[in-house]
Amino acid sequence: MATTTQAPEVALAAALDPAAVAGAARGTLLRLATAGSVDDGKSTLVGRLLHDTKSVLSDQLAAVERVSRDRGLTAADLALLTDGLRAEREQGITIDVAYRYFATANRSFVLADCPGHVQYTRNTVTGSSTADVVVLLVDARKGVLEQTRRHLAVTALLRVPHVIVAVNKIDLVDFSQEVYDRVEAEVQAVARELGVEDAIAIPVSALDGDNVAERSTRTPWYSGPSLLELLESLPPSDDPANESFRLPVQLVIRPQGAARDPQFRDYRGYAGQVASGVVRVGDEVVALPSGKRTTVTGIDLGESTLDEAFAPQSVTLRLADEIDISRGDVIAAAADAPEPTQDIKAVVCWLGDAPLRPGQRLLLKHGSRTVQTAVRTLDGALDLDDLHAVPSESLSLNDIGLVTLRLASPVPVENYSTSRRGGSFLLIDAHDGRTVAAGMVGATLPTAADAPSEPEGDEEWEI
Amino acid sequence: MTTTTKTVDTQADPVTGVDDATTATAYEEASSSDRRLSQLDALEAEAILVIREMAGELERPALLFSGGKDSVVMLHLATKAFWPAPIPFPVLHVDTGHNFPEVLAYRDETVERLGLRLVVASVQDYIDDGRLRERADGTRNPLQTMPLLDAINDNRFDGVFGGGRRDEEKARAKERIVSLRDEFGQWDPKNQRPELWNLFNPRHRPGEHVRVFPISNWTEVDIWRYIEREDIPLAPLYYAHEREVFRRDGMWLAVGPYSQPRDDEPVETRLVRYRTVGDMSCTGAVESPATTNADIVLEVAASTLTERGATRADDRISEAAMEDRKKEGYF
Repeated sequence: MATTTQAPEVALAAALDPAAVAGAARGTLLRLATAGSVDDGKSTLVGRLLHDTKSVLSDQLAAVERVSRDRGLTAADLALLTDGLRAEREQGITIDVAYRYFATANRSFVLADCPGHVQYTRNTVTGSSTADVVVLLVDARKGVLEQTRRHLAVTALLRVPHVIVAVNKIDLVDFSQEVYDRVEAEVQAVARELGVEDAIAIPVSALDGDNVAERSTRTPWYSGPSLLELLESLPPSDDPANESFRLPVQLVIRPQGAARDPQFRDYRGYAGQVASGVVRVGDEVVALPSGKRTTVTGIDLGESTLDEAFAPQSVTLRLADEIDISRGDVIAAAADAPEPTQDIKAVVCWLGDAPLRPGQRLLLKHGSRTVQTAVRTLDGALDLDDLHAVPSESLSLNDIGLVTLRLASPVPVENYSTSRRGGSFLLIDAHDGRTVAAGMVGATLPTAADAPSEPEGDEEWEI
Repeated sequence: MTTTTKTVDTQADPVTGVDDATTATAYEEASSSDRRLSQLDALEAEAILVIREMAGELERPALLFSGGKDSVVMLHLATKAFWPAPIPFPVLHVDTGHNFPEVLAYRDETVERLGLRLVVASVQDYIDDGRLRERADGTRNPLQTMPLLDAINDNRFDGVFGGGRRDEEKARAKERIVSLRDEFGQWDPKNQRPELWNLFNPRHRPGEHVRVFPISNWTEVDIWRYIEREDIPLAPLYYAHEREVFRRDGMWLAVGPYSQPRDDEPVETRLVRYRTVGDMSCTGAVESPATTNADIVLEVAASTLTERGATRADDRISEAAMEDRKKEGYF
């Protein structure tokens, strides 16, 4: 973990400078999601982060102040900046993810403020699935609650690259280092059991802004960075050069007589987003599941021609041979291609209202391919109290379980631990089209035989 | 030249900032060598992914095209997504009858230039035959929902691309990229479909449809930086021009056939531009000297008001005006 820190004044001054804000579009994009139990202060922290980075515009702040005043509050309730639905404001809770945007001098942030209620866990899974970093809030007075465990389990399963634990409401425990140390140790123990080895903890008061944008003078015993400093210094995503090339084909581009320019009548290209890795003109590739090999002869992005493309660029590949490739196929590096399979073991987060049962038939969407699937067996469900897999007959809404699936045709899945894109899939109810599960190929659940104190928890999640 | 080095450096040259490889900055050179996409390139890649995926999944999609900046960016992205093939679906415009004439002219030129099929749903037709009634406040933005839903049904569109962005408004901040509408066109914000990773699922029952928002994660500044970088032509009213305006509800409204000043609202000629383009009766202009895209990028970045807060009377009806309209099937 890089610990380079930037003085918060610098970041704030930059946020105020329009040229810097306009220029931030050249910086990298970091996707951030909140997690934690209800009333731990997620929306307030997000509101504070937006407010203290000068990302709240005057009409938005005026609206929040007006509503707060109408409710008899003496200070603006910053949670109202993201709790935008009528029902959320009525109940003072977050129901679904709110997306907000802010930028500092060198980074732009997409911020997903997620709900805490167990009932809305599927929305938290939605917000976390694309996150580069999850900020898990814990109330310093309450410590680890069931939803803290559930959200940490989800974060670990989704393999979110970075986890920050914000021990919140530190003002309500008189900025006590003793309380902070105890809560941090408790969270870190759960995190380690779930395989999160490098969670970084920060004492914060979302309400007052301590250690949110600026370091607080009220926690002299804490010498680490503020939350914003940490977010600015997190290393960006992995270099695609270290991954294997994969491109799920979304469309075959064949304009024929419809080409607006006659020189493209014979154009044939395979359009998709590079899911991982790098591809260059001249590379040997293989189409999956057919296994036919060919060579990349051109890479197009709109009218521009590229020498190479890398994840996550959306491009169109031209190939040397007219082999049979259609939507749903995967073009992969020939030297290092995944083996298509009809049998997979996976961990699923069940998001459907009706329970999952063995024998059930569903649709599975992986990349751009959708195939029929049957649930062969349910091999266990995660017990959130002792964080171990237990035998189970079915999975209910928000349960996490291990399943064995049989697919109607071979699909080139990869282990989720190797590739988030190559190892993730949806389960879909064919009757009404609903998404009922998020699946991670090759993930496993800790079993009761594993000693809970064993620090190598990470391996329990991989095969 | 790869697209990663195509970004223009507004800091170095905020006035002329045109698409010119010589202005590429050291950062972009670094980012192309270590293969990390700039924020704008990442947003473009995500939008193209969504557009292609829905074109692959849906039977009969359409793209909402008003001639406004966000829908223009959408069309530009769609052009890139399918190049060199044409955009494989029609564009749909809900015409309030109170549109700015220069926006309609721009709409028609663009449709012609790209060889698109245009479907128009007319609010005026609905008012003329009594299916809709004019509102007391004269604004027609909320009246667009019924013609929109009818056009979706009549054309059997199963998916509609929209240029809605999450940073525009607090109800839009809650929206999925692919968002289900029931058989009445209603959005149920309390029970949205989970949306995981980059796997988009638009499946639905007959009679339902999806709204698709590929530029969900773009902010207003991103839109302008992209327009600048890609040199996308826009309707002229987005740039500073002199116009006869009058002050109402803290906004400058244009004097026109659908918005006449009252006796206590003196008419002035001001240098203005439009930050958003909607119904002429409820869309305000902002005072601005910005004549180029680069000027506008800087102006928007420095603004202390949101674009809708600065320019839309229809959002001021209540705390949840947009949510209420969206629940009924609005854009």
